[in-house]
Amino acid sequence: MPAVQETVDRVRRIDVDQYRYGFETLIESDKAPKGLSEDTVRFISAKKNEPAWMLEWRLEAFRRWLTMTEPTWARVDYPKIDYQDLYYYAAPKPKKQVASLDEIDPEILKTYEKLGIPLREVAVLEGVVSPDGEAAPERSRIAVDAVFDSVSVATTFKAELKKAGVIFMPISEAIREHPELVKKYLGSVVPTSDNFFATLNSAVFSDGSFVYVPEGVRCPMELSTYFRINERNTGQFERTLIIADKGSYVSYLEGCTAPQRDENQLHAAVVELVALDDAEIKYSTVQNWYPGNSEGKGGIYNFVTKRGDCRGRNSKISWTQVETGSAITWKYPSCILRGDNSRGEFYSIAISNGFQQVDSGTKMLHLGKNTTSRIISKGIAAGRSQNTYRGLVTAHRKATGARNFTACDSLLIGDKCGAHTVPYIEAKNASATFEHEATTSKISEDVLFYCVQRGLSQEEAVGLVVNGFVKDVLQQLPMEFAVEAQKLISISLEGSVG
Amino acid sequence: MSNLFAAARDRLPGKGKVADTRQQAFEAFERAGLPHRRIEEWKYTDLRALMREVKGLAPRPDTTALARAKAALARLAIRDAARLVLVDGIFVPEFSDLAGLEAGVSVQALREVLEDAGSQAAADLLTVSATDAMISLNAAMATDGVVVGIADGAALARPLHIVHVATAGSASSFTRSQFTVGKGARATLVESFVAADGARAYQANDALVITVGDGAELSQVRLVADADDAINITSQILSVGAKAKLNLVNMTSGGAVSRLQGFITLAGQGSELAVNGVNLLKGTQHGDTTLVVDHAVPNCTSREVFRAVVDDRAHSVFQGRIIVRPDAQKTDGKMMTRALLLSDEAEADNKPELEIFADDVSCGHGATSGALDDDLLFYLRARGLPEKAAQALLIQAFVGEAIEAIADDGLREAVMAAAENWLEARV
Repeated sequence: MPAVQETVDRVRRIDVDQYRYGFETLIESDKAPKGLSEDTVRFISAKKNEPAWMLEWRLEAFRRWLTMTEPTWARVDYPKIDYQDLYYYAAPKPKKQVASLDEIDPEILKTYEKLGIPLREVAVLEGVVSPDGEAAPERSRIAVDAVFDSVSVATTFKAELKKAGVIFMPISEAIREHPELVKKYLGSVVPTSDNFFATLNSAVFSDGSFVYVPEGVRCPMELSTYFRINERNTGQFERTLIIADKGSYVSYLEGCTAPQRDENQLHAAVVELVALDDAEIKYSTVQNWYPGNSEGKGGIYNFVTKRGDCRGRNSKISWTQVETGSAITWKYPSCILRGDNSRGEFYSIAISNGFQQVDSGTKMLHLGKNTTSRIISKGIAAGRSQNTYRGLVTAHRKATGARNFTACDSLLIGDKCGAHTVPYIEAKNASATFEHEATTSKISEDVLFYCVQRGLSQEEAVGLVVNGFVKDVLQQLPMEFAVEAQKLISISLEGSVG
Repeated sequence: MSNLFAAARDRLPGKGKVADTRQQAFEAFERAGLPHRRIEEWKYTDLRALMREVKGLAPRPDTTALARAKAALARLAIRDAARLVLVDGIFVPEFSDLAGLEAGVSVQALREVLEDAGSQAAADLLTVSATDAMISLNAAMATDGVVVGIADGAALARPLHIVHVATAGSASSFTRSQFTVGKGARATLVESFVAADGARAYQANDALVITVGDGAELSQVRLVADADDAINITSQILSVGAKAKLNLVNMTSGGAVSRLQGFITLAGQGSELAVNGVNLLKGTQHGDTTLVVDHAVPNCTSREVFRAVVDDRAHSVFQGRIIVRPDAQKTDGKMMTRALLLSDEAEADNKPELEIFADDVSCGHGATSGALDDDLLFYLRARGLPEKAAQALLIQAFVGEAIEAIADDGLREAVMAAAENWLEARV
């Protein structure tokens, strides 16, 4: 069945030429010299006042990177990147030492206001009464770390988080203030030798967020990072490290936008999550980098390595992503299910338009006993875009009782685009039960039957089941994200193909 | 590697354009080398590790070899079919049922066609659209095969049965056959791979090019029962015409390493394709079925059903890709693959892929893997069946779903019996 009109209209509203965040902030910035060499790595490290061990770590990664070749297996096509023709570090020029938010360049504050990201806590503090006398809704309390090009410009709610024992700060600060934690966990999930882009990131990452939630603490608010690429010809390489100690819980959100430019820009981030015994990390992304114009010119190359390690027993990591931006996406948020009874989840909605190319999916590596994972992926391709789901589910010899359920649906709008599904399912254990399906009609026949029997049409029933399932996760996103995401989710399932 | 070709050259039929084509094909193979895990299509079947080297060409079968082959032929369960026999890669007319061929069937040995004329037409027999190192190697080294034509409108009463018998040890055979079904014709093709007593560690590389004409119907049954230490790499290139029907069933129960790679193009509107596969693997066997189904035109239907039963330390691989070209609207494609793991050391890898460029289609795939359902086993045991027998019953039902696709009663029973024998050997 072809897509229904409603779906077509909805996707049209987020087409590439409707990009709303393409403005540029005119601000003076401090940049590293163009090109990449050991000197660039030393420059970045010096800028960040890093200890010697950190510089050594970076240099080691850089030397290894020189021996690696760019991967070509993904279904994406782009001209060769000249790694010497990029700036690896750009920071808004500080007028003086910044002591409070008021001293941050007002241009930057304006930028975040335009993007709808509040950096001023006053407006959203607990107990603030809005003009009509109602208390501000609980969900708008989000601590934000704002990353502008290569540096973190502001982090909100630091004090309140500190009271709870939660560490939330730019990773550059964490390297100085909490070296023991950083040393222990940095590179432990995504080793510096992992892949071409992750190794490059290890050498030149400039900033990102660091989160540590101590044992037994439920993080009192949502944590969020908002990434903005502003500078021309600049690569953004951020690094995020989140550690949830025993029995803790944290929910983390990231958002990304960039100005409209004719040239392509590289974004190669690394995100590492560590969940110890009984801990849970919920990581949500609304990725809306500039996707290029309607002729396929410009846009961000989003080559990201995201991986979570369920290191402890009964730990849980869940990835939720709503992907609408970037010229090229190459990203596979993964879960290593190492601890017994650990659980990994991946919920993804990837919408591609114009000339966008998406090659995204997940990996669920079952190593521990009774580990479970669930993958729900919806890809929607329109325009002349190519949208690929690529996923790996594997059960190790010792992963007795492992279970996976995967459902990936794709929808095509128009006949110039392509939707592809490339799942790898590797069972090395007889007691592992894997189910993979790519047809909507197969989603729980019993539930569908129940709904249809009560008067819903087949499609309404399918919509109810899947939307109900996905919404369950999306409703936990804060308002700003949820509104946009839900608009995308409510897209009808009619006409979907596997 | 180049020794391989140089040493065999004198024995390879065909001069002129045929010889040139062989030379080019061998060069293509040499450039690529044996496929390995870094080649995406061969990710799970790393021939550099599993095969290591391509063995020299098997000698032309002598009288003793032919006598052993004859004994092996006598053991075949499928009897009511017109046999075309290849021994160690050489067509043997005296074992073949050439006199009993029905009207409308023509059979020629590939060797004869290649030797008769070094023409482009003959060279084309060695050329196919698919690019793959093992297909190139086959084109370079093919010693013989059968070129079968079914006339337009002919409806065959008896199946044709191509039997590959291996008698040699530590040697390889390369066969290539062509099977053309004319418009509106109906035929059944059976293929068997068997080993004569004493045939050890041989390597078989077969290529089969099948063209199903408009409105024609072909059902194909393929049984691989090679020696325990043999390697069998088979490539099939199939094209299905408008309103034609093609029904394939493959069952692999023999061989140390086997791979069936099928490249199927639905080239005419309204064609229907059904591909069914069963892997029955134990010990350290490695069985790979790789399919590429290309919906090149609108309004075609394809169904793939694959079942793997994997015991001991065996390894089953299924890779299936459905491609829907931009104008192949109203395509209906479904692929279902299921693996049953009977041992903790068994491995099943599934890679069902969809590559879709048209928007008004209905495509899907499903894949599962797991062990036998304990509840079902308990149910049967509670009714007095011993554990192994209960398992056998469940496995039989599991693989039966694929075998049932064989329309011919006699053939279906023969294949089911072969599956049952495998199960009984487990008990």
